[in-house]
Amino acid sequence: MSTVIEMQGLRKEFTVRVRAGRLRRAKRTVAAVDGVDLAVPRGELLGYIGPNGAGKSTTLKMLTGILTPTAGTVRVCGLVPVPQRTRLARRIGVVFGQRSLLWWDLPLRDSFDLLRHIYRVPAAGHAARLRRCRSLLELDGLLDTPVRQLSLGQRMRGEITAALLHGPEVLFLDEPTIGLDVVSKQAVRGFLAELGAAGETTVVLTTHDLNDIEKLCRRLVVIDNGRVVHDGSLAQLHQRYGSTRQVVVDLDEPPAEPVTVPGARLVSTGSDGRRLTYALAGAEAGELVARLAGAGALRDLTVLEPAIEDVVTRLYTDR
Amino acid sequence: MASVLTPYRHLLRGQVRAQTAYRASFVVNLVSNVWATVADVLTVLVLFRVTTSLAGFSLAEALVMVGLSACGFALADLAAGNIERLRHYVRTGLLDALLVRPLRALPQLLLMDIGLQRLSRVGVGAAVLVAALVAAPVEWTPARLALAVLAPLAGALFFSAIFVAGATVAFWWVESGELANSLTYGGKDLTAYPMTIYGPAFRRVFGFGLGFAFVGYYPALALLGRPDPLGLPGWVGWVSPAVAAPAVGAAALLWRVGIRHYRSTGS
Ligand SMILES: Nc1ncnc2c1ncn2[C@@H]1O[C@H](COP(=O)(O)OP(=O)(O)O)[C@@H](O)[C@H]1O
Ligand SMILES: [Mg+2]
Repeated sequence: MSTVIEMQGLRKEFTVRVRAGRLRRAKRTVAAVDGVDLAVPRGELLGYIGPNGAGKSTTLKMLTGILTPTAGTVRVCGLVPVPQRTRLARRIGVVFGQRSLLWWDLPLRDSFDLLRHIYRVPAAGHAARLRRCRSLLELDGLLDTPVRQLSLGQRMRGEITAALLHGPEVLFLDEPTIGLDVVSKQAVRGFLAELGAAGETTVVLTTHDLNDIEKLCRRLVVIDNGRVVHDGSLAQLHQRYGSTRQVVVDLDEPPAEPVTVPGARLVSTGSDGRRLTYALAGAEAGELVARLAGAGALRDLTVLEPAIEDVVTRLYTDR
Repeated sequence: MASVLTPYRHLLRGQVRAQTAYRASFVVNLVSNVWATVADVLTVLVLFRVTTSLAGFSLAEALVMVGLSACGFALADLAAGNIERLRHYVRTGLLDALLVRPLRALPQLLLMDIGLQRLSRVGVGAAVLVAALVAAPVEWTPARLALAVLAPLAGALFFSAIFVAGATVAFWWVESGELANSLTYGGKDLTAYPMTIYGPAFRRVFGFGLGFAFVGYYPALALLGRPDPLGLPGWVGWVSPAVAAPAVGAAALLWRVGIRHYRSTGS
């Protein structure tokens, strides 16, 4: 599998002026991105997550050629983004949750048409991609409305379509679900899942909404204060931060003696002693349940997946 | 080459459609834009009510300079006058949107903010130039005709370069304010009069140093076939349109350096 995105020691500093006294203003340098090394293989759907101000957008702006890195190297599709910006732009698509890339006064249809000329793509491929987005993102009723009259959720569906019409190899999305209603969020997530499953497009998704990536991304990169603090699967993230699946059982009677299974830890016992909660750290749920069933009549059973929020909250407060 | 320009042509078409969508207000803008140029002409007419010659130039001859300056400036103002909005795009991070497209940022900005309502000013400028050239004692040759067309175009490039160079200050200094405008609008007034009316120091800095003397004054001398009271040889008027080249080069360089300093905005 070839590498589509490569960053080495990537760094971006901003000089900000801060008040120092009544009239004086001092310069201070802050590192928004502080030495990021990352390689993304073709076809991957990568979740780039972190709290507000972590450096997600700044990283994306360096990957798309908007910002010049202060230090380090970056390559996307084999190109160096800033000097080769216009060439790279043909091969990537970009969606900013907080900034429209469409023409405010033009209907979506005209924007899409203009984009075909701007990217100089053959009409047939453009039409095919538009058809696919139209049905998957339910754009049909919106094509003739000027962009400024669309709701945020409608506009975002338009933005995603616009970013894909030239058939990019890589799609960058910066907080695409920010401020969206639940239905639009679902539409966007569903669409991205579909896109990821097709495996043709490499997707980098930044978000601080963890629901976006929980079902979508197999690989998560967590960034904080400009540094990568985790790079791996969701399961690895849970493992590393000690979050576990939990088994909750309701028994007819409290067990005569404590049920223990190696790798499972009793976390809590209900006040009547009939509801038991175990945390699984290595043990199989089946093994534990079988043992419990042997100890008394099992009335109800729930397996709780670990909440990613818990992990990440811990990650963020664990600085 | 043609296909390289196609996307820009489409961008322009979209822009024209957007700007002329509200027809009535577009016409009002078109008409009100005439006054700026008319005022320039009136200033010269008023001057000539109290004198019959301005530094040795008759009314018609002086109006040739006004016409060259007005034509060049109005064209530049149409194409690049709104680049001053760059300040706003830099401050708000709107430039991001242009930078993710496979097109050069500067032409996109110019097209996005093209001032179509200034077309009328170009018309008035051209009319003043033509009228002045008819009234003034010009011995027409093919070379003079070519110069009469080329000089205002070169002037347009020159002024555009100044508009762009002035706007790039925003990449370093967002609160640059009206700094750039004072140079362009001041420069326009400067080019409309004979260089001889200015003091030597002023002439040296703005006329020759920044090149404003080569927009109206020297081409006018060549068109009128007059020697330069300041003593420069006659061919200077003929090559003065070339002043646009270093101006455009310098502006392009400033732009390239400036855009590397673009820092977008934090979310
Ligand atoms: N243009 C800028 N000027 C100054 N500081 C900036 C700029 N852009 C981002 N920053 C700062 O860099 C840090 C990272 O910002 P950003 O990449 O936007 O974070 P995120 O997208 O993860 O929320 C923040 O502290 C932010 O204030
Ligand atoms: Mg951000």
